[in-house]
Amino acid sequence: MSRARAALLVCALWCAGSLPAHAATAVDTPVDPLNSPSWQYMRQRFLGKDPMVFDARVQVQMPSAAEDQMQVPVHVSAPGLTDVVDVLVFADLNPLPKILRYQPTSAAPDIGFRFKVEQSTPVRAAMRTRDGVWHVGGAWLRASGGGCTAPSVGTGQGLWQDRLGEISARLWPQQPGLERLRLRMIHPMDTGLAAGIPVFHIDRIDMRASDGRLLASLQTYEPVSENPVISVDLQHSGPVRIDAHDIQGNRFAATVTP
Amino acid sequence: MAVAQAANDYRLGAQAVAEGVYVFSGRNEHFTRDNGGNIVNTGFIVGTDAVIVIDTGPSLQYGEQQRKAIAAITRVPVRQVYVTHQHPDHYLGDAAYADASIAALPATISAIQTQGNALADNLYRLVGGWMAGTQSQSPTSTAQPGAVEIGGRKLRLIGTAGHTAGDLMVYDEASRTLFAGDLVFHDRAPTTPNADLLQWLNALDQIRQIDFKVLVPGHGAVVRDASAIEQTRDYLQWLSTSLHTAAEQGRDMVEVMNQPLPDRFQKLAVHDEEYRRSVSHLYPAIELKSLPRR
Repeated sequence: MSRARAALLVCALWCAGSLPAHAATAVDTPVDPLNSPSWQYMRQRFLGKDPMVFDARVQVQMPSAAEDQMQVPVHVSAPGLTDVVDVLVFADLNPLPKILRYQPTSAAPDIGFRFKVEQSTPVRAAMRTRDGVWHVGGAWLRASGGGCTAPSVGTGQGLWQDRLGEISARLWPQQPGLERLRLRMIHPMDTGLAAGIPVFHIDRIDMRASDGRLLASLQTYEPVSENPVISVDLQHSGPVRIDAHDIQGNRFAATVTP
Repeated sequence: MAVAQAANDYRLGAQAVAEGVYVFSGRNEHFTRDNGGNIVNTGFIVGTDAVIVIDTGPSLQYGEQQRKAIAAITRVPVRQVYVTHQHPDHYLGDAAYADASIAALPATISAIQTQGNALADNLYRLVGGWMAGTQSQSPTSTAQPGAVEIGGRKLRLIGTAGHTAGDLMVYDEASRTLFAGDLVFHDRAPTTPNADLLQWLNALDQIRQIDFKVLVPGHGAVVRDASAIEQTRDYLQWLSTSLHTAAEQGRDMVEVMNQPLPDRFQKLAVHDEEYRRSVSHLYPAIELKSLPRR
């Protein structure tokens, strides 16, 4: 981490003068602090040629080992990092790496959720600030097989067929202008990797003020756990409207009052 | 490596805790390739013409070595095995007792039949070669709670639940020794993958009514007083209260895992890992109660 940031700093100084061509290479390939075999591919796939730095302020908190591979809890945050416009969470070595994307329009860049993991993998959060730079943090998760390719429990039980999209939620005012929203939706979140069960998941959850103003928008992908439980911190006071849909176009909505 | 393979020795030494009652004490640790899964207490009671074994350990090799260690103490044959509950460290040595009756509560038998192989596989990943030849097998008979006499030893079988859906305790009348299984932990944080905390606390109330002189916990040193019961109760009560409080405060699961444990639990072996595991096991159901349907 420190070596990567030092390299970046050196480059920034150089960039202030005339920029030697090879210095750009140092920026393009900062050393991955997690030493992942597929970091270069992940970067190419998710961040493209955008500028990026590894940033210790971007925190991915989770247990070091998965107790339940269908439900690994993660809390992403970035204390001290401001102007975050986009958050991307992915697991390098999952068969489907992309977990979720989050635009905290009027919210902290913090989000809690659970996901399905197939094997040991780095879990990363990339946060794009208004200046266009991705700030990347993460940690390794130990796991030993069976999350993404196992069928959801609900699919086995048929629970969701009667209660698909049912929303349970609550607001906790933290301080004036800041409230925590926790919500749970009933959905199988099937990855399509379990034999005989097609992909079927919620792909968007928007959170709005009563006047329709967008507070935050969340895009969820296959690895998000069945019956997702999400925690976000909104810069808002008062009721929140939840509008969601899944990849089959089913729409789910609810209003939560503090 | 060949030497290491040959040296899979649990070094089981029976410790006499009462007249004709012996315990094999495991380490207060997690499963590792170093301890081979010997983190558990097992034991046996010697009657005139039958030995009664309580739990057979984490692997076939443990069961075989346990049997040898018993034979070093007494020539009386093992006729009866009781499995206290479904967790793999307590019964995977059963195959060493193919010629004895192996009994467990119905809930335990059904859990072993549905989850036993997966649990044995998982233990294999954790401890490795110690598990060679080990297979999960279903107990051969159902334990009937109540009084039973085997080899002249009057026993009381007590069927409860809470740590799992079926928790069997074995009480020896003559020595007033209680094999409490994993309803009682001692100086080691309790495990909760199949726990119902309310049932468990009720079971501890029940244990407190039992007139025992010696209590053998599932994990941790043998005691002659109620301290291990109270320690287990204190921890479970705190766990339940703090998880419910956190849910009512809107805490996210990882935030709950990051809460520090009170000082009095810091001395419990593996408290950090077990607490986080318990949040994984228990918080999803508890937090749901804090989220009203919209």
